[in-house]
Amino acid sequence: MTAHRQDLDASDGRLAPGDTPGGEQAVPYLEVHDVGKQFGTFVALRRVNLAVRSGEFVTFLGPSGCGKTTLLRGIAGLDPPSTGRILQAGRDITFLPPAARDFGIVFQSYALFPNLTVTENVAYGLRGPAWPRRRVQERVAELLGLVGLADQAPKYPAQLSGGQQQRVALARALANEPGLLLLDEPLSALDAIVRQHLRQEIRSLQQRLGVTTIMVTHDQEEALGVSDRIVVMSRGRIEQIGTPAEVYDRPASPFVAGFIGHSSRFEAMVDSPAGSILAQGIRLQAEAARHLLYGSRVLVFVRPEHVALHPASAAPPGALPAQVTGLEFLGPVCRVSLQAGPLALMASAAPAELMDLAAEPSAQIAVTLPPERLMVFPEDV
Amino acid sequence: MSEALRGVAVSRPVLSADQRLMRAGLVLALVFLGLFLALPLGTLLVRAFETREGEFAGLTNFVTYAATPALLRAAWNSIWTAALTAVLVVPIAFAYAYALTRACVPFKPLFRAVMMLPLLAPSLLPALALITLFGNQGMLKWALAGGSIYGPAGIVAAQVFYCFPAAALILCVALSTADARLYEAAEALKATRLRIFLTVTLPGARYGLVSAGVVVFTLVVTDFGIPKVIGGQFPVLATDVYKQVVGLQDFNMGAVVGLVLLVPAVIAFVLDRWATRQRAGTLSGRAVPLRPRPRRRRDVPLFAFCMLVAAILFGIVGVAAWGSLIRFWPYDLSLTLDNYDFSRFDTAGWGAVWFSVRMAALVAVLGTVIVFVVAYVLERGPAGGSVPALTRFAATTPLAVPGLVLGLAYILFFNHPANPLGLLYGTMAILVLNSIVHFYTVGHLTAVTAIRQLDPEFEAVGASLRVPVWVTFARVTVPICLPAILEIAVYLFVNAMTTVSAVIFLYGPDTKPASVAVVHMDEAGQASAAAAMAVVILGVTTAAKLGQLGLGAALGRLTQAWRR
Repeated sequence: MTAHRQDLDASDGRLAPGDTPGGEQAVPYLEVHDVGKQFGTFVALRRVNLAVRSGEFVTFLGPSGCGKTTLLRGIAGLDPPSTGRILQAGRDITFLPPAARDFGIVFQSYALFPNLTVTENVAYGLRGPAWPRRRVQERVAELLGLVGLADQAPKYPAQLSGGQQQRVALARALANEPGLLLLDEPLSALDAIVRQHLRQEIRSLQQRLGVTTIMVTHDQEEALGVSDRIVVMSRGRIEQIGTPAEVYDRPASPFVAGFIGHSSRFEAMVDSPAGSILAQGIRLQAEAARHLLYGSRVLVFVRPEHVALHPASAAPPGALPAQVTGLEFLGPVCRVSLQAGPLALMASAAPAELMDLAAEPSAQIAVTLPPERLMVFPEDV
Repeated sequence: MSEALRGVAVSRPVLSADQRLMRAGLVLALVFLGLFLALPLGTLLVRAFETREGEFAGLTNFVTYAATPALLRAAWNSIWTAALTAVLVVPIAFAYAYALTRACVPFKPLFRAVMMLPLLAPSLLPALALITLFGNQGMLKWALAGGSIYGPAGIVAAQVFYCFPAAALILCVALSTADARLYEAAEALKATRLRIFLTVTLPGARYGLVSAGVVVFTLVVTDFGIPKVIGGQFPVLATDVYKQVVGLQDFNMGAVVGLVLLVPAVIAFVLDRWATRQRAGTLSGRAVPLRPRPRRRRDVPLFAFCMLVAAILFGIVGVAAWGSLIRFWPYDLSLTLDNYDFSRFDTAGWGAVWFSVRMAALVAVLGTVIVFVVAYVLERGPAGGSVPALTRFAATTPLAVPGLVLGLAYILFFNHPANPLGLLYGTMAILVLNSIVHFYTVGHLTAVTAIRQLDPEFEAVGASLRVPVWVTFARVTVPICLPAILEIAVYLFVNAMTTVSAVIFLYGPDTKPASVAVVHMDEAGQASAAAAMAVVILGVTTAAKLGQLGLGAALGRLTQAWRR
């Protein structure tokens, strides 16, 4: 309706969401400054800072109770924060009521109005003099076409499948062409296959419309699969903000390393020479430990796909002898539990590879841990 | 970042139009309940500590009360008849509810409908029926073997009839929420049927049993109609309040008795709330509902029992109806409609009935609007602060206040010379307001339950789409809650038609409800006419209930298509 809305339509001069270069010089679309939220004595958010660029798809990821939904509701104005500021398109919206903001939201429950048809649900926000009946009809048809539900228009929500309901909720949230789309665990009520399909649909829709989007989820695969950037949260704090690859390959904290993806974890001590560590009597090379103080205690994580397996007979120098303690067949890969002396490790390998190694439970093989792949974190004092 | 912060004007929390609307609604609700509940009750409390001349009396009135054996005896009488009624009603209601929920008995919907019959009649009706049968000129008087129905026997018998639906309803709810897996587990562990009943069924229903007992106890203690009609010389608290106020014009002592009457009601109220809260926690969301399987040895006796109970419920109403058609009891048993020519017995005649219908309709319409809007604002409005908490408390209080106490409180408050609202006294308005407040809580709880079943994010969705909250209320909340709204309206209508206790203090010469007319005709010795009027009331309320079913079905087809 306004000039400001117009520029939210895709394909103008601003950053396409796919490429992420030089975001620093662009003015962030949404800024969160030192936002805190307290419910009685419970601190749900502690001084959270965040900047989201226009057109970006950002995911808040964390275990339940980490504050991700609280932050989203703060941004929506449903539960204003106790401290801090939130700016959207340069406007301070911290204490604006939801109706005075510019966003669309999809809830976990979808909150579709059960007594209204799909058409009426999508048209719910299209009212007032700016929306004559004719224009509403066109817009609803356009939106339903966008989410692939053009043939479901006269039905009631209860007559649709979960995935279809989800799309109606999405169409309704997008009807007013909001500058910001908020998704609160939008897929968690669906079964696994629908979920996977729908998240890619949401992603491609978001890229087509170029709408800045924030999604809350506790499903890391979902977050890794669709986000431009992931905000990993734990206990009311932001642990790390980064692209999916950054968060996966270079976790900023033991929490992130443990929460995202699978990994084996063990304690160790920084040894000399620089770049080596001593894990319960076993000396290992670790690039990440190079700059740590000799003798400091560290936590070490290694991803299963980085644990290299060798036949015991052809062990390369420095390999650790290990016994297979368990096998878990997952289809394309097998997960192998290993006991390498005192270290319990997890590896993953293709079934054919394991066949070659004759890696059956209680078989002896050898493993190597690539020095550049060990993720090392000083233990909190 | 601090650069960016400095560049922006710091704003204050802004209340949206929606939030201001909700807040205004809350304040209005509190003003309404304050004016028509809290202030009258406060006046009653103050008057109990004053002399007749309006000076501070300290505890003098209470000392006088405690030193009057007749008054103390009435309190004791109230307590033991109520306890006895509860002991009798709860097992009967339990068996009936068990048959309806846990056995395969035919005609369940019919039995459920008959169960509700006493709710539609004024409490005076069973008392009048018992007098017809066992009274001084009753045809079954010989069966009492020299005893008298006027007194505790009649009170308890009539109360059992009157309280049965309340207890049965509570127990039906308690018994219908069972987890089938508990029973499967017990059977897998080879427990006997008796052991399963004692270790699974009874514990599962224990809070329902407590609730039912407590509710029956309160109903009996606070009921006025039955002891008034059949109590004879047997004094109870409820008739004492009436006697002190209407007979002796001793408002201060009336206030004291009223407060005494309030004590068991409040204790029972607190107990019931506790039991309800406990019950809510007994069923997990993942429970599998229990579906009873046919078993002759259980079903046949229970069916016979249900038939017996239903026959008695019907029989009592039938006796009242028959008694109202008798020309001159017991000498001329020929049938006539003369007793329905009310102008022969009471100057208001049929006017009392039409007045009652008008009043009850107003109570239903106004009351439903107030109750539902207040419940909505409480559930979905701003939660913080003392206003919502106070309003919530005020909305649940009326359940603990006996009608007589509320009626008395209204006279003391609205009849006070200094009260500008005094002009309400003796009008239809005061009867309507009093009835709305009197029956507020049940409607409120119904509305709250209905609203809580809606997705909590509807208002948030509306706000995010910049749709004002009243639009969402009108387009979504009200249509979805229509069955509950209809239920509240009919509940208020039925109760406003049948109530005696509060309005007996408040009616004026031109505003006499039909239920009060029943009391007056009975007092004047015109038992047949009184029974006729009670039957007319029952007819009106039954019509309203049937109307609810019909309208509900029609509206359901029109507005509830989405329920699949």
